Amino acid sequence: MIEASGLSKRYGATLAVDDLSFTVPAGVVTGFLGPNGSGKSTTMRMILGLDAPSTGRVTVNGRPYGQYRRSLFEVGALLETRAAHGGRSAYDHLRCLALSNGIGRRRVDQVLEQVGLEEVARRRLGGFSLGMGQRLGIAVALLGDPSVLMFDEPVNGLDPEGVLWIRTLVKSLAAEGRTVFLSSHLMSEMAITADRLVIIGRGRLITETTVAELLAGGPGNHVRVRTPESLKLATLLRARGISVTAQLDGTLHITGVDPDVVGELARVNGLRLQELSTQHATLEQRYMELTGEAVDYRTADATFASGRVAP
Amino acid sequence: MSATTANETPNPAQRGVWSEFADVLRSEFCKLRSVRSSFWTLVATVVFNVVFAALVAIFIPPHLSTADLATTDPIRLSLAGLHLSQIAIGVLGALVITSEYSTGMIRATFTAVPRRRMVLAAKVIVLATAALLVGTISSYAAYFTFQGFLSGDKLTSSLGDPGVLRAVTGGGLYLAALGLLGLGLGIIIRSSAGTIATLFGLLFVPTILVSVLPHSVQATIAPYLPMNAGEQIFIATHHEANTLGPWTGFGVFSLYAAIAIVIGFATITRRDA
Repeated sequence: MIEASGLSKRYGATLAVDDLSFTVPAGVVTGFLGPNGSGKSTTMRMILGLDAPSTGRVTVNGRPYGQYRRSLFEVGALLETRAAHGGRSAYDHLRCLALSNGIGRRRVDQVLEQVGLEEVARRRLGGFSLGMGQRLGIAVALLGDPSVLMFDEPVNGLDPEGVLWIRTLVKSLAAEGRTVFLSSHLMSEMAITADRLVIIGRGRLITETTVAELLAGGPGNHVRVRTPESLKLATLLRARGISVTAQLDGTLHITGVDPDVVGELARVNGLRLQELSTQHATLEQRYMELTGEAVDYRTADATFASGRVAP
Repeated sequence: MSATTANETPNPAQRGVWSEFADVLRSEFCKLRSVRSSFWTLVATVVFNVVFAALVAIFIPPHLSTADLATTDPIRLSLAGLHLSQIAIGVLGALVITSEYSTGMIRATFTAVPRRRMVLAAKVIVLATAALLVGTISSYAAYFTFQGFLSGDKLTSSLGDPGVLRAVTGGGLYLAALGLLGLGLGIIIRSSAGTIATLFGLLFVPTILVSVLPHSVQATIAPYLPMNAGEQIFIATHHEANTLGPWTGFGVFSLYAAIAIVIGFATITRRDA
């Protein structure tokens, strides 16, 4: 279990992480989601004791990371950039790190095989592709067979087969009762892989939720109505304090009410409806809505509602 | 994959601090031997020393007058290659830590061993051992090469002569201390280029700067400059005024390295990796 409370990190004038509190429980995959530059990597570095929090604290299984001895047995981490010397072979890289925790050669061979790098184990890392580098990082994380695993953007640079492999691996690790914390800026990936979500933007916690909860609630769900008398209906709705937006295709998007309310209002006023339906936001849309305000840089004309990326 | 079968060492977290340090030492030795730059810098150290000793032995003696001979220390001359091999060792010392920062390896290292000072201590020991071993071998190889290439009896000496054994051994000590100075600066500066520039700036620039000062000031300061102090240990017979004794000089030189390393140890836990 990872517990962060009031975690902040300030670099000069910028507050990279701002009063962040969340919990990553064991036995499920927790996705750590946020736009690029929202403070995910900084937070992960603070969990690993690499960066010191400006304020607040974070513990792994109840203890600050810095107190761990032979920490590979407790926590395995895939770090954001390839944290390896390009002149060293994959085998030597793993061997050197394994030695530091008293882990033997047999385990090095095992993890090399597990991540599918045994064929290239003697090759120098400088020639590794991004995907091979990710596999190597995962091999490092698995060395000590730890109960807590953290992967920073693990699917970056992986081919579809690699993405599927990570997804299966991560789920099986959580199914074994381990704590699995996975960062990504891709909601679509998290929707498939993660059970729980910690969503941040600009260093602040936006929500801590589950995939199911996120899909169920929120303003992203709306009622769609098509009617030849849309202006009349819109006026009627607005008169009752209901939020309505007219879309370019002539439909109305109505939020905050059930479809039967709209239907009844139309019937009472004798308006003909051609379509009346509830539209569920995709996870991607919900994510965009949640993080929309927190994105530092975005394209000026981005219309989030038009996103149709199904999970 | 289960905790009981995967690891050959079932409960290593409960072993003591010394076994922990022994593992970190093994890890640091593994790192040193598994990159090519270590091999090449150490080979360069030996090659520079031996080749220079041969060249100096062949070309210098014919040009020495009797007056020159009286003020020339044959050991210092046979170790002329140290001025080049120190660059190789200094670079190696710097790279031991700076290559970890430039590649990001340091984050993997500190994630595996959160006790950062333990990592640094292991680096100091591994580098000092390698530099002392190779430095001493190269120093003796240079001495014997020089003696072997001499023709005639000018500049000949034996290890039994006063100060000779200390001076030849001192060549290795000088290189080891210099490597540690590189490591110490590397811990503080972190960038390879910055560290190497600072290291050689520290060695060569003060000597040049001091030479423009009035003689009286020079006489006071010059002996304590890093290279002037350090090289006393590999000179058998001293002919110059205003120099420190061999061990005092080496002590001052080592102090520079020690200061850099102490600052590195003091700041490592407070800085983000």
